[in-house]
Amino acid sequence: MVIYGVALLSFCMLVGVFVGDLLGDLIGVQANVGGVGIAMLLLIILSNLSHSKFTLGVPTEKGIGFWSAMYIPIVVAMAAKQNVIAAISSGWMAIIAGVAAVVVSFAMIPVLSRIGSGDQHDS
Amino acid sequence: MILESLSAVLEKNALIAAFAFVGILVWISYEISARFTRGHLHGSAIAIMLGLVLAYVGGRATGGTQGLADISLFAGVGLMGGAMFRDFAIVATAFGAELEALKKAGLVGALSVVIGVVLSFVVGAIVAVAFGYTDAVSISTIGAGAATYIVGPVTGTALGADSGVIALSVAAGLTKSVLVMIGTPFVAPYIGLNNPHAALIYGGLMGTTSGVAGGLAATDPKLVPYGAMTATFYTGVGCLLAPSVLFLLVRALV
Repeated sequence: MVIYGVALLSFCMLVGVFVGDLLGDLIGVQANVGGVGIAMLLLIILSNLSHSKFTLGVPTEKGIGFWSAMYIPIVVAMAAKQNVIAAISSGWMAIIAGVAAVVVSFAMIPVLSRIGSGDQHDS
Repeated sequence: MILESLSAVLEKNALIAAFAFVGILVWISYEISARFTRGHLHGSAIAIMLGLVLAYVGGRATGGTQGLADISLFAGVGLMGGAMFRDFAIVATAFGAELEALKKAGLVGALSVVIGVVLSFVVGAIVAVAFGYTDAVSISTIGAGAATYIVGPVTGTALGADSGVIALSVAAGLTKSVLVMIGTPFVAPYIGLNNPHAALIYGGLMGTTSGVAGGLAATDPKLVPYGAMTATFYTGVGCLLAPSVLFLLVRALV
């Protein structure tokens, strides 16, 4: 049933957000700490468990797959509701931050590739 | 009369109207991508850029802070693009990620994700400080935005950042995503991005899913699954680290 997949996804998200809230209280941050990340880990673990212990039916997987496929459209809607006016008043910063992150990350690829090829696990 | 009842229908069924509206927007974007950029600029990047433009138009028209969602006809966009649906869809994308496949990617693949998140966060945070931000919440949100346009708003929302700062973090992440898409085929020969091993590391370091998918597709379509594999974990790791460890680090330093 499709609803099983959606329910599993909901369960993971609610648990993740709940644990994230608890973590926030624990650390003393008035915030949710990593709730979405925890939910993702939980879903990965649960869906990997299911390969050996029990199998998710195809409709169940479709229930999760649908929301995964809705990711880009939802991000588009998210972009359309942002306070862009406020962002533009200091526009260069966003662009410089983005460009700098890409340049530094690109530069890092050959460095990490070399570390990897030094491994005996090199493919 | 007809227009009035049409707008009444759209307002009454706001979320459904948003689905239809975003669908049209995405379709137009993919058409633009295919026809005018021959697929070089990914349709999703164009759609997000159009979304930001519409948010600007909405903000100009209403003077509100919710972009297009402040126009009553498009109120559903606010719900569809709100934190609840956004986080739900993000969690769902983790389903595609296989623990086994990542284990096969080896330590370097996992390492590249963590290094990628920290590297982009630090660079973004430094730029934020250089532009005069002094509070840990704003600096962390912008740093997180330099990771991806998802990690930025997730971090910003979690830390209670100003909506304007969250928009900046999305803009930083979008700049990154677009640049990765456009730049990858050009830099690929210089950074040795021509084998699965390098693609795994590339996905982990860049992290922006649409950027990586678009960038690798334009470089060598065979490399897409390897880059996408590590990139899938990036947003999760970013959402885990940015509002927690990295934020605490920034707060300790500021």
